[in-house]
Amino acid sequence: MLGRTLQEVSAALKQGQITPTELCQKCLSLIKKTKFLNAYITVSEEVALKQAEESEKRYKNGQSLGDLDGIPIAVKDNFSTSGIETTCASNMLKGYIPPYNATVVQKLLDQGALLMGKTNLDEFAMGSGSTDGIFGPVKNPWSYSKQYREKRKQNPHSKNEDSDWLITGGSSGGSAAAVSAFTCYAALGSDTGGSTRNPAAHCGLVGFKPSYGLVSRHGLIPLVNSMDVPGILTRCVDDAAIVLGALAGPDPKDSTTVHDPINKPFMLPSLADVSKLCIGIPKEYLIPELSSEVRSLWSKAADLFESEGAKVLEVSLPHTSYSIVCYHVLCTSEVASNMARFDGLQYGHRCDINVSTEAMYAATRREGFNDVVRGRILSGNFFLLKENYENYFVKAQKVRRLIANDFVNAFNSGVDVLLTPTTLSEAVPYLEFIKEDNRTRSAQDDIFTQAVNMAGLPAVSIPVALSNQGLPIGLQFIGRAFCDQQLLTVARWFEKQVQFPVIQLQELMDDCSAVLENEKSASVSLKQ
Amino acid sequence: MWSRLVWLGLRAPLGGRQGFTSKADPQGSGRITAQVIEHLERLALVDFGSCEAVARLEKAIAFADRLRAVDTDGVEPMESVLEDRCLYLRSDNVVEGNCADELLQNSHRVVEEYFVAPPGNISLPKLDEQEPFPHS
Repeated sequence: MLGRTLQEVSAALKQGQITPTELCQKCLSLIKKTKFLNAYITVSEEVALKQAEESEKRYKNGQSLGDLDGIPIAVKDNFSTSGIETTCASNMLKGYIPPYNATVVQKLLDQGALLMGKTNLDEFAMGSGSTDGIFGPVKNPWSYSKQYREKRKQNPHSKNEDSDWLITGGSSGGSAAAVSAFTCYAALGSDTGGSTRNPAAHCGLVGFKPSYGLVSRHGLIPLVNSMDVPGILTRCVDDAAIVLGALAGPDPKDSTTVHDPINKPFMLPSLADVSKLCIGIPKEYLIPELSSEVRSLWSKAADLFESEGAKVLEVSLPHTSYSIVCYHVLCTSEVASNMARFDGLQYGHRCDINVSTEAMYAATRREGFNDVVRGRILSGNFFLLKENYENYFVKAQKVRRLIANDFVNAFNSGVDVLLTPTTLSEAVPYLEFIKEDNRTRSAQDDIFTQAVNMAGLPAVSIPVALSNQGLPIGLQFIGRAFCDQQLLTVARWFEKQVQFPVIQLQELMDDCSAVLENEKSASVSLKQ
Repeated sequence: MWSRLVWLGLRAPLGGRQGFTSKADPQGSGRITAQVIEHLERLALVDFGSCEAVARLEKAIAFADRLRAVDTDGVEPMESVLEDRCLYLRSDNVVEGNCADELLQNSHRVVEEYFVAPPGNISLPKLDEQEPFPHS
């Protein structure tokens, strides 16, 4: 039952094949078994069981709230959840309990979804590996999959093989691991530069980034106000559409949501005629760092569309090589501003110094933030200095317009959807990932995903195939602004063609005690 | 006394900043002088903490310098992708509030309905000239 799609489970609940409480308990028990993945920061067991009870009553009375009623979901820990600790994986907010729900969380709860817990992330969503939070790194469930282990000819019963586990990607790695390991059916992530699509690609999931302005950001602890969006992680495109249907729409509490009438619900039509489609392949995305496997899958995907009669065009996004630099400047500048609210006075961590406000703020912020966050704040402040403002910040804003225009031009040339890789390669082992610092890694890993955030376009990462090592590789589709439904329709057609395999974690479930033993010894060396 | 010791401990990185400026960093722009460090630390109220942090900033700046190669003549800066739309404004009616208790709960130091802050008219660099306050 846990391996089913959201749609299937929803039907099962409606037909009474399983009750919300049973479903909830199965998920909770699986969460306990997969604790070593470190996907969850907080497991809201009591809350979930209570919600399950209420959902059960509704089903008994034939009054289910919809497709999401009784469905276990997880939420990234940078969304505010009333009464449940929200930490952003940072000392600054450890112990912080918001007095309100983020709009997207409230919408899910209003639909009857069961909140299983808050998932792990990079501190304040800054990072591309989910390795830099205070609760430790998240492990990719594929590290323990039969597909991966067989390729490595590893004995799954060996006790000292846990040192080469793989990262999930980031920064919504906890959400991705939670969905990938079947502990919930959908999870909320956030996407500022690829933070939903990157872990989706590494964990073999559908990672959807809506158009900027489609989904409310109220309650999402902000990183970059002009680029953040809540993201959706699911195991298939139909599930993502169901969740999007619940979340999309204007919110009076977020004035950057658009009030145009939107096609609701997001029931995806079948793609009637592939031959009417025009797929664009941005040539500047073919870079030397791209792994040959990803490149070959990208090429095969293009061929697939062509063989079905679609037009496949090469397009040019000329400012692509500057996109990551532009993102870096704008991101750090907005971060410098957004992080200024953490001063210890009204919420969050507060140091013991009481000599002066500034001294207290400085010490609080030094104790509360890790190196990555501090580094970005300082960089951002540098770019915002009076003498640098024009040359860096305003310059980057101008380059942002050029990049957004590149996309507009590409779509105006008749292209419906762009097809690009999501990541440079499959997931890498943690020990290799940490050899470079956070900024370098982010610059490398966000390369295909951040331009989309700068242009505010919708994008989705679809898992395509397993690499030679047995690990997932995903490809990204980018759509026109507010054409999310069309984008998902194309993605769903593609998903049906590629038939990505299900992760085989059975040995993991049977053997969880052995792995837990591993974890105890491994965790001593991995703790920061 | 304790507060002064803590304060000196806090200021130590700033005091040692002469050692932070990277001199022969090939990737660095050499623009992070001691003055800039102090200025940034004061603006951001976040300290560098180590030489590596300064080196990282230099690399970040060198990275950002690549933007100079782009021709942006006649291009307007873009602040938001929704620039062609009007932001939605709510009508100016009070519909919620009266949640002082909930909001005060999250603070560490509260007196009645006030958030308590230390004295605010003391700026960071001048502090070592003053008498230390007794730790309350």
